[in-house]
Amino acid sequence: MSEYGPLKFHVPEPPGRPGDAPNFDGIVIPEAGSVRRPDVDCPAADMKELASTMIRVLNTDGEAVGEWAEGLDDDVLLKGLKNMIRVRAYDERMMTLQRQGKTSFYMKCTGEEAIAVGFRAALSKGDMNFPTYRQQGLLLSTDYPMVDMICQILSNSRDPLKGRQLPIMYSSKEHGFFSISGNLGTQFIQAVGWAMASAIKGDTKVAAGWIGDGSTAATDFHASLVNASVYKPPVILNVVNNQWAISSFRGIAGGDHATFAERALGYDIPALRVDGNDFLAVYAASKWAVDRARHGFGPTLIEWVTYRVAPHSTSDDPSQYRPKEESEAWPLGDPILRLKNYLVARKLWSDEQQVQAEAEYNDEIRAATKEAESYGVMGSGASPKDMFDDVYKEMPQHLREQRQKMGV
Amino acid sequence: MPRMSMIEAIRDAMDVKLGQDDNVVVYGEDVGYFGGVFRCTAGLQKKYGTNRVFDSPINESGIVGTAIGMGAYGIRPCVEIQFADYIYPAYDQIVSEAARIRYRSNKDFTCPITIRTPCGGGIFGGQTHSQSPESLFTHVSGVKTVIPSNPYDAKGLLIASIEDDDPVIFLEPKRLYNGPFDGHHDRPASNWSKHPLGEVPEGHYTVEIGKAKVFAEGDDVTILTYGTMVYVAEAAVKETGINAEIIDLRSLMPLDIDTVVKSVEKTGRCMVLHEATLTSGFGAELAAQVQERCFYHLESPVVRVAGWDTPYPHAQEWDYFPGPARVGKELKAMMEA
Repeated sequence: MSEYGPLKFHVPEPPGRPGDAPNFDGIVIPEAGSVRRPDVDCPAADMKELASTMIRVLNTDGEAVGEWAEGLDDDVLLKGLKNMIRVRAYDERMMTLQRQGKTSFYMKCTGEEAIAVGFRAALSKGDMNFPTYRQQGLLLSTDYPMVDMICQILSNSRDPLKGRQLPIMYSSKEHGFFSISGNLGTQFIQAVGWAMASAIKGDTKVAAGWIGDGSTAATDFHASLVNASVYKPPVILNVVNNQWAISSFRGIAGGDHATFAERALGYDIPALRVDGNDFLAVYAASKWAVDRARHGFGPTLIEWVTYRVAPHSTSDDPSQYRPKEESEAWPLGDPILRLKNYLVARKLWSDEQQVQAEAEYNDEIRAATKEAESYGVMGSGASPKDMFDDVYKEMPQHLREQRQKMGV
Repeated sequence: MPRMSMIEAIRDAMDVKLGQDDNVVVYGEDVGYFGGVFRCTAGLQKKYGTNRVFDSPINESGIVGTAIGMGAYGIRPCVEIQFADYIYPAYDQIVSEAARIRYRSNKDFTCPITIRTPCGGGIFGGQTHSQSPESLFTHVSGVKTVIPSNPYDAKGLLIASIEDDDPVIFLEPKRLYNGPFDGHHDRPASNWSKHPLGEVPEGHYTVEIGKAKVFAEGDDVTILTYGTMVYVAEAAVKETGINAEIIDLRSLMPLDIDTVVKSVEKTGRCMVLHEATLTSGFGAELAAQVQERCFYHLESPVVRVAGWDTPYPHAQEWDYFPGPARVGKELKAMMEA
């Protein structure tokens, strides 16, 4: 007889599946204002607890409290609210476009708008993001033409990427938005490399890597942290923990009992864990990390705690794997509503202005969509001739021959 | 003219580029202070400082991933993967990222990086220090793959690779580092100081990527080869007395198909020779192209001679290695066909 019982294989399960009541008991939410704000040169070892708690600024009464609430510019907050409204309206309109069959694919960031918009507000011209597919807010917070974004989605004759990329995989060097890959986690390490180059050249620019909770499981996450730890480049490593990676909850990425931010501690990288639905907290934490990077104090990992209200993509149906009411039960609320209520309470904004802003953006998006559609919808604009260009700087003989064979 | 080993020529190429262009950086495992396990970067950190030449973590996807980020920033990394056998963790970064960035961003971003890596066997390295993975890269649209066979080409091709605005996989046949090797492992090793191709000009020059070289002229059969096998082919030709033309491809992607076709049309016979495993190897591509373009000039089937389709064995290295005896036997059989 063995003294051991048979081993059991452990596969983590989320607290709720379809038919269950939503259960967020595992999400511990500290009081707003309860987390200290270290100096930007604070050694990672002296701020470890910030990886396990949650930086929050807006309290349940809609007031901005605590050390992270200090020095936030009202203009940035107002602009942030408008940009978030714009992002959400854009997502809705693009969703419609997909349902109308004018494009093949779309991905919304509903509920996560504060993260990309708030982070972008802390960056300067020349800084570079290496985004995932759910950071449209980074581009929509700049003056990048919305028509160009929609043309990319439609793969039409004005598509800046000539029909070569899946819809929403935008690219704009000028607007600090690196070409999106679609492979998960691969670009996190590239952000580290970009930041290394900035330091090698004695520049002042910073880079930002973006990854989801699920993709922290990818080997390139480790590659990024170890290289960031070794070379201390000016990079912010953003982990957007929206609880779901398609149908896999955060536990399948090993994030059920430890936080994603805590992973940075073993690499001597300072980590912040932030309420990603609190625009003030997002902006304050982003500013801290960008400041730290630009002053030469090295990388920061930020875990943004949020919830993916939207399906993963237009090809996904979350009702198959999570409780239907889960998104309404999400305890950190709606980032747009929370910021709006705060600004209204401070009389910097009003319900009327909110309605007006929504209408203005809807008009803008409708006009941009109309213009973009005039350049063609899916399949009617992109030229097969463009297919063979830019594989290399100069087209090699075999590609010239293949293009001739195709007759274009 | 100075004489150099292939190691010295490769080092000299990096030295020239580091000296000419502040945007060139060199890094990899053991590359900095120590100067590389094969000494290819010896002295470079001392000369150019740790900002330009430095050690990396043992993290191949990190080496290539950071290089891609640096390329996007606008500098030119030339990184080393210590052995080609270690490149697989970086494969995703090479295939899905480096190769695609120009295309997918409509040249908004580019990837001017060079990935140097020692390849091939003949040093009793076993399966983890002997592989020839070139076909894994030639299959990928968007990267270039080059493989020099001598010090002169190594320096010129490496400078051309570093200056290239697209990603280049630069394969270094490690058995050729110190001298040409004809496959007769039981004979004394020769070194580059006695070989004309060990003469390497000082300073800057390039060997154009995408150009093959007629290594030896001949009339009766064409041998398409590259890397270490150039000298194996040379030995086999000498030992059989067959009047063969040996083409050193030097660049596999892009491929100098015109030089290949010209030679095969002249000789009417073609052998494809490489050290890498046979099935789906680069030889399959060469054989296909030769039959597509030269079918009516061929007097016998295209023959492939390659490493057996096994992992690279340790004790049986010389049974695996397609040495001059195997090549010679196949050559003779072809001529009778």
